Amino acid sequence: MFGFCFGRAHALFLSILLLSCFALPALAGPFEDSVAKFANDEFSDTEAAVGEVASSGNPQAFPIISSLKDGRLSADPDSKKVFITQADGKIVDAASGAAVDKLPDNAAAVRLNNRLRRSVEAALGGLTLLSPDPARRLAAAQSVFKSHEENLLPTVDSALAKESVKSIKQAFTEARAAIILFKSDASESDKLDAISVVKARGDQEALALLTSLGGDAPPLVAKAATSAVAAIQSNLAMWSMVQNAWYGLSLGSVLLLAAIGLAITFGVMGVINMAHGEMVMLGAYTTFVVQEVIRTRYPALFDYSLLIAVPLAFLVAGAIGVLIERSIIRFLYGRPLETLLATWGLSLVLQQAVRTAFGPTNREVGNPSWMSGAFELGQITITYNRLWILCFTLAVFAILLAMLRYTALGLEMRAVTQNRRMAASMGIATSRVDALTFGLGSGIAGIAGVALSQIDNVSPNLGQSYIIDSFMVVVFGGVGNLWGTLVGAFTLGIANKFLEPVAGAVLGKIAILVLIILFIQKRPRGLFALKGRAVEA
Amino acid sequence: MLTRLTHDIATMTRRRLLAATAGLVLGLAAVSPFSPAQAADDTIKVGVLHSLSGTMAISETTLKDTILFLIDEQNKKGGVLGKKLEAVVVDPASNWPLFAEKARELITKDKVAVVFGCWTSVSRKSVLPVFKELNNILFYPVQYEGEESERNVFYTGAAPNQQAIPAVDYLMKEEKVKRWVLAGTDYVYPRTTNKILEAYLKSKGVAQDDIMINYTPFGHSDWQTIVADIKKFGSAGKKTAVVSTINGDANVPFYKELGNQGIKATDIPVVAFSVGEEELAGIDTKPLLGHLAAWNYFQSIKTPENEKFIKEWQAYTKNPKRVTNDPMEAHVIGFNMWVKAVEKVKSTDPDKVIDALPGTEAPNLTGGISKMLPNHHITKPVFIGEIKGNGQFDVVWKTPGLVAGDAWSKELDGSKDLIGDWVEKKCGNYNVKTNKCGGQGS
Repeated sequence: MFGFCFGRAHALFLSILLLSCFALPALAGPFEDSVAKFANDEFSDTEAAVGEVASSGNPQAFPIISSLKDGRLSADPDSKKVFITQADGKIVDAASGAAVDKLPDNAAAVRLNNRLRRSVEAALGGLTLLSPDPARRLAAAQSVFKSHEENLLPTVDSALAKESVKSIKQAFTEARAAIILFKSDASESDKLDAISVVKARGDQEALALLTSLGGDAPPLVAKAATSAVAAIQSNLAMWSMVQNAWYGLSLGSVLLLAAIGLAITFGVMGVINMAHGEMVMLGAYTTFVVQEVIRTRYPALFDYSLLIAVPLAFLVAGAIGVLIERSIIRFLYGRPLETLLATWGLSLVLQQAVRTAFGPTNREVGNPSWMSGAFELGQITITYNRLWILCFTLAVFAILLAMLRYTALGLEMRAVTQNRRMAASMGIATSRVDALTFGLGSGIAGIAGVALSQIDNVSPNLGQSYIIDSFMVVVFGGVGNLWGTLVGAFTLGIANKFLEPVAGAVLGKIAILVLIILFIQKRPRGLFALKGRAVEA
Repeated sequence: MLTRLTHDIATMTRRRLLAATAGLVLGLAAVSPFSPAQAADDTIKVGVLHSLSGTMAISETTLKDTILFLIDEQNKKGGVLGKKLEAVVVDPASNWPLFAEKARELITKDKVAVVFGCWTSVSRKSVLPVFKELNNILFYPVQYEGEESERNVFYTGAAPNQQAIPAVDYLMKEEKVKRWVLAGTDYVYPRTTNKILEAYLKSKGVAQDDIMINYTPFGHSDWQTIVADIKKFGSAGKKTAVVSTINGDANVPFYKELGNQGIKATDIPVVAFSVGEEELAGIDTKPLLGHLAAWNYFQSIKTPENEKFIKEWQAYTKNPKRVTNDPMEAHVIGFNMWVKAVEKVKSTDPDKVIDALPGTEAPNLTGGISKMLPNHHITKPVFIGEIKGNGQFDVVWKTPGLVAGDAWSKELDGSKDLIGDWVEKKCGNYNVKTNKCGGQGS
């Protein structure tokens, strides 16, 4: 009922709008008319306007369309005026380029949907093919490769002739090939050449282009396309093995990072610490707090936020770890069941405390610019955040290993865990070493939280999703052996990623658990079992 | 003399006071068996059954606040039937069996007139027997898989035909999508929805090869392989889209991976059924520009009702940035329908209210009037929104009118002949072919 009335009112408004359009005096030129279409707030009109403006050859075309893409183009529905808010905050009239004092009150940004965004990108591609900025030319060539608009062929040809940068020249050649491939009146030999250019490119976009060629091509071309598709597919299949291995390494690094602190508290000290995941969570929340402070006070430092968060997270989680050890765990040494229950309860307390302090919803932790995006290596995509996490994990592992081996504290830790009574009689304050070891393990979990905040939710439940995996890694790798944890984490990561494409994520995970159970039956002490007297201690 | 007098007065007063007190105590003793009942009669109790701890707290806490807010507003207007409303909040802690226990506690111990609660389908299924046995009312505010119509439950969230099917229609028509990835978390809602969608897509002539179905565990965080698979699936030369029934928490790493691997909405759009304003609050949305969500409400919809609601809600929560979302609107509609039904029959007796609710109308926040249907679902408009850079949605499409919720999907063989009708047939699964109550769902 209401909707009906609303619809009618809407239709009435539209017809008035249309009438007023026709009634407008023909003072404005065709370009101004096209620009005014942006003010109609109808996707079809905006699309028409994009096409007309792009092909107008008017110098305002590029600023209009690029500002439309960035959401900086606004329109006043009453006066049909369209404005550009420039990057420096200045406002100009879109059609004339004349400066304007301020936006009218009822001006609103011109809206886009995905279909429009595609046509905007294609139009921008056409407009920036001859841009002096090499990055823009490259982007333009790539967008032409995707859109392969026939009418851009002359522009691509002239751009190709002028181009001096080798990689961009290659991109233009490929864009040209894409156009020729779909040009109905191109000769067969041209098309065959084009196919070989696209085939040489060999990535998924090339594959998409060749498969969308369809069956109506001349038989010789269709045949060449099919064989090119097959060649690209077999090449990509090989690369997908490399890709799985990389994903496995990356998953393994996350597992290692989460488990490495546990390898100290559980592996070296023998404490079943169910609150380990919550230390990770505290590290992630520390990152959130650091970023909040940086956002409000020192926005310029944002890219360094993680570097600042790492030591802070270590201190916060480490201090809480020492506190837990002193107040709870030291009374429970040698009583694994009670430790398990007490730390489990503690994990719930910590979760609820964080939920009360920060609220139950996810908190936004931003990626610094050097951790966003990806680069192509051959035919696989490597994301920067995963790459950095892998490097970071290995660095943490190396530092920890060096610490245990070369520092006095490391020596004391090893002594206490190998033979407590002997160490005590040699004058080592064992209870102090216990507290510091537990603090170290917790602090490292906190550091893991900083890294995990980059790829996962920062919510009070963050730790829960890692605790099982962490225990799995430590048990599999062999209790009490850091190298075992390393090998265990990467083995599980890679096995998981090779199983996942075959079995799916759910079954893959189950299969891994089954394999671990079977493995533990055979080797109860894990991959790298400790030997000798230390085992009994 | 004077002192003597005062003493007398004092003693007298004291004596009288004593007598009076004794009388009062006696009198109180006399009425005492009735007094608690009288106290309870002053208020109408409303149960709130949402998890405030555990995994689901992230979504459900807001709904608890919404009901408290609505009760507060209603009490400012004088309450219902001249009585104040009183919220009874319990915490089922994201623990499905505990939902049933807490529901029983609310109904038998606290004697609530109605319960607003549950989020996941499994929690709803867990409390169903309790509501049937003790004959009370549950308002369920979340979009769900359908295939259910119970006498004691009122479904104010979307059924599949009010969210999933229109979203797929939009992608087919506007984006010309030919290849489909149905990605979901591995539990009952995504599995049923995907079954319905698969049947629907096939009825529209989509080949089996052009549908990829993928399930992931709860809280899945390593999306590298799946995103790469989607990319590969999308490079077959046909326009591809992802229909995501991925549940709450796992969405953040999923969208982050999409953004990092450079999959833009213009290449492969993702339309999500479980991602709203609340979920986006934890993500930087700039790389997600243009990905879609289908809901019956968006915070960004400009109507006077919605603007008023947002303003009052932010004032109530004392947080000018607090977002609103679709299940909240469902609670608003459900709450107002319940108030209207209670005022109509002048009683909170569940039987009377259940009979009065079908046909009850209440304004939704997007400018229409929603109506409770005989199958205990409601009519709602469907909106498709694109994610904007500020964590809000821009509506790019909407249904011309309100869509009536189907309790039983017309796409599935097992349920296409079933209807729910609690007004005439008094049956939740009435088979229109055999004219019998008690048909089976899928």
